[in-house]
Amino acid sequence: MTKITYIKHNKKSQTIDVANGLSVMEGAVENNIPGIDADCGGSMACATCHVYVKEEWFNKLPQKEEGEEDMLDMAFEPKKNSRLSCQLIVSDQLEGLVVNLPEKQV
Amino acid sequence: MIITDVVIIGAGPIGLFCAHQLGMIGLKCEIIDNLDKTGGQCIELYPDKPIYDIPAIPKCTGEQLTNNLINQIKPFNFKFHLSERVEEIRRENKKWFVKTSKNTEIIAPNIVIAGGVGSFEPRKFFAKESEKFEGKSIFYSVKDKSIFKEKSVVIFGGGDSALDWAIELSKTSNVIIVHRRNEFRGTQSSIDKIKELKKNKQLEIFTQYQLASVKGVDTIDSIEIKHEDGEIKSLKADYVLGFFGLIMKLGPIINWGLNIDKKKIPVDTEKFETNQKGIFAIGDICSYPGKLKLILSGFHEGALAARGCFKYARPDEKLRFEFSTTSKAVKSRLGIKE
Repeated sequence: MTKITYIKHNKKSQTIDVANGLSVMEGAVENNIPGIDADCGGSMACATCHVYVKEEWFNKLPQKEEGEEDMLDMAFEPKKNSRLSCQLIVSDQLEGLVVNLPEKQV
Repeated sequence: MIITDVVIIGAGPIGLFCAHQLGMIGLKCEIIDNLDKTGGQCIELYPDKPIYDIPAIPKCTGEQLTNNLINQIKPFNFKFHLSERVEEIRRENKKWFVKTSKNTEIIAPNIVIAGGVGSFEPRKFFAKESEKFEGKSIFYSVKDKSIFKEKSVVIFGGGDSALDWAIELSKTSNVIIVHRRNEFRGTQSSIDKIKELKKNKQLEIFTQYQLASVKGVDTIDSIEIKHEDGEIKSLKADYVLGFFGLIMKLGPIINWGLNIDKKKIPVDTEKFETNQKGIFAIGDICSYPGKLKLILSGFHEGALAARGCFKYARPDEKLRFEFSTTSKAVKSRLGIKE
């Protein structure tokens, strides 16, 4: 289990224990955290699990694949620290990860 | 008015295979899809990406899968209604009345919703004012390119649609491309062409910018774009085009009196019927304990839903279980002569 914090657009935050091996997206969906839609179910085909990753974490994460960057073009207000949470696989290395959710997904 | 046994909503792989199963048991159907082509997510999201988990097919692309499914249902001559979205359904004399965005009207005892994650619609600008200019100054597809002649056109997006229209319109309009990052994801030849046009001052490119606001009364006068670092730039614009791909929206389905939970329609696992008699849901859009979002699971769901449809389509007949290898009736439906 790894602690992941999801901060909603209204600043309300929830910290959840997510099983290693799940994605940050799945952690949100399984725990009914609103704000991550994940329409395509994690196949990197929709950009509705878009999150902003805190600066200090962004560089520690595995690099984006090309397809992820392409999908982020279609996300709501993408920024430099945008990621698709379906591509962030939870492991001990992510203990304490904080992600901010955008105002909306579509 | 069309009268049939089943209306299938969604021409993705699951809708197509369900049509096959209906044909095999001697039922007729009409297939409706909001996209202008068959294949659903397979074609729209990943036509070239290989799929590795279709039983007995080690590897195929979304496009190949779709083509094979279309070939498989050819003998039944079912009618497709593409580029049409089902807008309305209602119960009439123990049957379902279905009306589409192009006013096609169908009466059937059964509806099978194989709608995936909803219908595909263009992803739009987020700036609040942009909605009121839609269809006048802001477009998400081009129907009549002549309106742009000798006008200032700002094109947003970094994919092939954005690049292709920029290249085309730069012949007769003042074109500016705005994209949120430095890399474009279109084909290399289009990217090279854009760069060449920029060098020859036939169009302008602003990268790492996004639309911030739109100004104008009835039509657009100018827009503001915002750089990643916060800098704002004002651009004269007569027309704004956005090419951000498609999103999936549940759309009118939510108004049909179906139970919906987290954008999914709960069904039983015997017939995949919803809370409404004669409306079935299969594929990504349905939910039940143990649901897997796999194409193979959708095929199974479609096979059982087709048999569920039989009961309402032929209330006085009993459906006999038959194998395609041996059944004369099935072979004749497939047009196979022995």
